[in-house]
Amino acid sequence: MGLLSLFRKAPSSANLAKERLRIIVAQERSARGSPDFLPLLRRELLEVIRKYVNVDPSAVQITLGNDDGHEVLELSVFLPETQRSA
Amino acid sequence: MAEIIVVTSGKGGVGKTTTSASIACGLARRGKRVVVIDFDIGLRNLDLIMGCERRVVYDFVNVIQGDCSLKQALIKDKRIETLYVLAASQTRDKDALTSEGVRRVLDELANDGFEYIICDSPAGIEKGAHLAMYFADRAVVVVNPEISSVRDSDRILGLLASKTARAEKGNGGVKEHLLLTRYNPRRVASGEMLSVDDVKEILGLDVIGVVPESPDVLSASNAGLPVILNDVSDASHAYEDAVARLLGETVPLRFVAEPKKGLFARIFGS
Repeated sequence: MGLLSLFRKAPSSANLAKERLRIIVAQERSARGSPDFLPLLRRELLEVIRKYVNVDPSAVQITLGNDDGHEVLELSVFLPETQRSA
Repeated sequence: MAEIIVVTSGKGGVGKTTTSASIACGLARRGKRVVVIDFDIGLRNLDLIMGCERRVVYDFVNVIQGDCSLKQALIKDKRIETLYVLAASQTRDKDALTSEGVRRVLDELANDGFEYIICDSPAGIEKGAHLAMYFADRAVVVVNPEISSVRDSDRILGLLASKTARAEKGNGGVKEHLLLTRYNPRRVASGEMLSVDDVKEILGLDVIGVVPESPDVLSASNAGLPVILNDVSDASHAYEDAVARLLGETVPLRFVAEPKKGLFARIFGS
């Protein structure tokens, strides 16, 4: 194993930086045009959901998209798997 | 007609003031009438880079507040006939710069026949940075090939596209250019540093200059001599090329590839 990893080429750190930047820049650019209330909406929704289910802050995602000229607010919540019996 | 060019970046320490000083000198050396203004209120530094710190009597805020005339505050460069510096104030009052005041000074400079007004922006996205870019026709976004600098530059591009007079009026917006500094072709070749093309691709802008990492930049600021005036330095040539591109000339990029090794070095070198 150790010997094999010697021959496997690790991705260069510049490529790592490029990938990370590509994602964060795209994400920040898409947030740029969107209304200012989205972060607040996300926070408040998270609070409400947390009253009932103990979810992680990153489990709530809100995106504002465009579908055939209609603005679509998409909300996804990833529920934890072990909470069912409670 | 004066052209207002803001030199900005978001992140601090990437070379905004070095770039402002060199671009101003480069344009003035070509006979243009140029003034370079320090917008970093409270943290004046352009005067040091330009080597005129002991000749500052009045500053930008003095002019805005009517303590002196614009003529009294303009510091004439001792090396280049057509170059002037307007120093930042060292006041701690954040509201010393007003939008109306800045507009008045820029108008007066334009009426006095200056062809280029270079606005050296402070770091960050606060009032000083906002006012430095607000009236600009063009922006030189200084970026290091480094992850946080690139991200901050993108943030600045967002502001240039929305929080400027040109963006608000909808007349074409501010023309944006990238200028990479501290570029190290050897580290790019070994995959340790983002390349010009990487940065260009991520930010989606044309590159107006690539300034190689060079010890001459520090010695230039030590001496108060803008690095472009050090004619034997690679950094000087790179800034000279950037100035040519600003003026619309087509110049191939230099200093982006590692110097070629000979056959011997390629066989026996690393």
